[in-house]
Amino acid sequence: MTRKHDITLTINGHDHAITVDARRTLADAIRDQCGQTGTHIGCEHGVCGSCTLLLDGVPVRSCLIFAVQCVGVAIRTVEGLAQGDELHPLQRSFIEHHALQCGFCTPGFLMLAVGILENEPNISDADLRAALSSNLCRCTGYANIVKAVRAAADELRAGP
Amino acid sequence: MAAETGTETGTETSQVLGRSVERLEDPPLVTGDARFAGDINFPHQLHMRVVRSPHAHAEITSIDCRAAAALPGIFAVWTAADIPDIGPVDFRADRASENLKPYRQPVLAKGRVRYVGDPVVAVFAEDPYLAEDGAELVAVDYAELRVIVAADQEPGEFSPGLGTEAALLTHSFGDIEAAFAGAHKVIALDLLTGRHSGVPLETRGAIGRYDAANDILELHGAAKVIHRNKETLVAMLGCDPAQLHLHECHIGGGFGIRGELYPEDVLVLVAAKRLGRPVKWIEDRHEHLMCANQGREQRHLARIAVDKDGHILGIDDEIFHDQGGYVRTHGSNVANRTMCMLTGLYHVPAFRAVTHFRLTNKTPCATYRAPGRFESTFVREQLIDAVAAELNLDRVTVRRRNLIPASDFPYRLSFDEPHVGDLNFDSGDYALLLDKALTKFGWDDLQADLARRREGGEMVGTGIGMFLEEGGRGPSDGAKIAVDGAGGVEVITGGASLGQGFETAMAQICAAALGVGYKSIRVIHGQTDRIPYGIGAHATRATVLTGGAVHVTALKLRAKALDMAAELLQAPAEALEISDGTIRRRDDAAGATMTLAEVARRLAPGSKVLGGREPGLWAEGFFNPTDTVFPYGVHLAQVKVDPGTGGITVERFMVAYDVGRAVNPAMVEGQLVGGCLQGLGGALYEEFAYDENGQPLAVTLADYLLPTLGEAPEVEVLVTEDAPSPLNPLGIKSAGEGGINGVGAAIAGAVNEAISIPGAVRRLPITPQRIRDILRAAAGRTD
Repeated sequence: MTRKHDITLTINGHDHAITVDARRTLADAIRDQCGQTGTHIGCEHGVCGSCTLLLDGVPVRSCLIFAVQCVGVAIRTVEGLAQGDELHPLQRSFIEHHALQCGFCTPGFLMLAVGILENEPNISDADLRAALSSNLCRCTGYANIVKAVRAAADELRAGP
Repeated sequence: MAAETGTETGTETSQVLGRSVERLEDPPLVTGDARFAGDINFPHQLHMRVVRSPHAHAEITSIDCRAAAALPGIFAVWTAADIPDIGPVDFRADRASENLKPYRQPVLAKGRVRYVGDPVVAVFAEDPYLAEDGAELVAVDYAELRVIVAADQEPGEFSPGLGTEAALLTHSFGDIEAAFAGAHKVIALDLLTGRHSGVPLETRGAIGRYDAANDILELHGAAKVIHRNKETLVAMLGCDPAQLHLHECHIGGGFGIRGELYPEDVLVLVAAKRLGRPVKWIEDRHEHLMCANQGREQRHLARIAVDKDGHILGIDDEIFHDQGGYVRTHGSNVANRTMCMLTGLYHVPAFRAVTHFRLTNKTPCATYRAPGRFESTFVREQLIDAVAAELNLDRVTVRRRNLIPASDFPYRLSFDEPHVGDLNFDSGDYALLLDKALTKFGWDDLQADLARRREGGEMVGTGIGMFLEEGGRGPSDGAKIAVDGAGGVEVITGGASLGQGFETAMAQICAAALGVGYKSIRVIHGQTDRIPYGIGAHATRATVLTGGAVHVTALKLRAKALDMAAELLQAPAEALEISDGTIRRRDDAAGATMTLAEVARRLAPGSKVLGGREPGLWAEGFFNPTDTVFPYGVHLAQVKVDPGTGGITVERFMVAYDVGRAVNPAMVEGQLVGGCLQGLGGALYEEFAYDENGQPLAVTLADYLLPTLGEAPEVEVLVTEDAPSPLNPLGIKSAGEGGINGVGAAIAGAVNEAISIPGAVRRLPITPQRIRDILRAAAGRTD
């Protein structure tokens, strides 16, 4: 149980060489050993989606996977969205549409939305709602999150 | 006065108040740079894990910590015997009640556990995973005791000689006996509100740290009522106020339950001091659903007396309030608020409510968004619907006949009990808001349309929940504002931010009064080392009270700046205005100007032009409201019931709310829509159920069902500003709880109409199983 593993996690293009127990979740390893605390832990049983990040482009709940399973995988977290001071269109859209209040669920929603839109840029409204319903928000009532993602989708599709 | 503030200080500032500007809070929250409790770390910190009771009620017969203490990486293991000098978690000062004191919760259980989740042992380790390993090795033996799982069952013994009915509380006015004796009709309802809680997405967290160099103990992760919790902790720990500081970080939602003082907050502080290492505790979700404050669970045996036209003569209610295992920081406040707000916005000549305030063996309860009011609105509005059904009157008509008319304001509600304060409704036009809401909803046409759908076999219906809110309770709050030599503005408050947009609202108010851009303002909150007082953010106080203080202080600062500028610009102060941080003559746009930054530099200590002035461009001010404000609202719901599954679909929902004056309409709307969805959770899905042994049945988010986007209707919002409050300079009335208050009432009424059985819904949440039970019983089936 306590045997240590030396692994390298690749987060937002940067390599992090760390030593972990096999039982350490990806979320804990990223937050506590790689210093990337933008990924939030809300339930640790895969329901709330606050810890959502992208593994090789696919949205995954990082509380349900072990760090040792993620060697050689491209991990993307909320810290990798902005390019310098330039926010990602989804980040800007969330601000413009009042799509956050306390902001705790926001990184998970952003990464979920990035994954959805990169994989399915022309997603229909109904499919978008269905996909976004996998994450929980307790503040906003969701309406502004949907508006923000829809607006960003339109912007991304139109191109720069 | 409200209009004056905006217009006299220039274009830029007149636009910032009342506008849906972007929030100052957002950039770090969307980039991952925010610091929530879990993100705070100190070198050499220990991690705490709490061993909790697996029994709802038991004597602790032995505790064996040896195996845990022997595990490598475990630093210390504490039981109650290790902290004999630390008393139970105290009530807030203004909730002190001698007869409730024996029911307070010890920091670690002493001899007896009273709910599943009660803290028994604290394990401190180098790593959170190791702390959990250590906790699993702690062996506690228990002898089980009789379990009480409902407030309406026979009371038992809390401790030798002390019963589980901690108090019998009464609120009354008028001649209740005469009202019922002379009634045309008396209608009785037996109603229950389920056990819910705020369940913020961030669990609780607390980090204790002792700064030996300065002899200061720090608590990080504090929230909601930071300054008041400091007062309580100073008394509990027996230190000087200067030796303890609380620090708020980013908070992932509050809803009344986060930021109250809990045993774990005390433990990390005591441990940080005694173990000589910072101590971090982050609650897991399983713990949260067993240990953080819950609320709402009440049974009401309510009766209403009416005349033949449906005018209310009296309301009489016997309430069984489930307080759970201990009395926490609020004392009996929720039960009291339930009673005093029960008559709501109706004229009720006679009233009596008696509450059995009872301990049970379940998670302790306290305030959850609209505490006591979600419950009492459900009861009151069900009574009104029952009157309409009994007298064959229209539901809207009965409400209109009983609403307090606009001509009666200010309206005073005085209770017989000398310790119960009067309620002074400051302003309102309830009938006007009802009319506006019904019109916007298309109520009349909708009734005909739904009647046709019902004839076609569908189960569809509408419901109404009208309610009163209360906010802005004093007695006082203050603020400090300073402008530095570079023109930066810092607003220091004792307020708190739980995600509601506190910083933005305060910056907007300061910007409007002072004459600067709101984005140039830094708003400090929740730091007891920056300001010695603060009201926090609870009971929809922040915008009214702290906002009032910021407004007053900004005007003082403005006067000081103009006094200095008048000398430097050689113009009378009255002729000057400040806009975007620049001072100029109002009547000479092209004339000489100077910036607030220059004024701040000229006011620096030792400045040659200071004269007799106090140095520094800063001010401190207080706002002392004479009374609370009473916003009000109307919720309208349209639902469809599936007779096969018992499932309920919310087809439409409207929140109409008079906010007095909206500082930031988008943030007001956000509060109302978010609150509404929480209300739908409580009305339809969320419930902390327990089995007969007091074992909690909802300890994961797969059991406690928060609404997802899949259940969320497009909430329609109507915000009006028809009744600004005369009690504060901006007319503000607060918005935090108006989205949730009437949801249970409106949904219950709509379901009753949908299934065409008046009064069928007795209990919230209205789960599919309960709908099926109602429909089977109505059909005379017992399968």
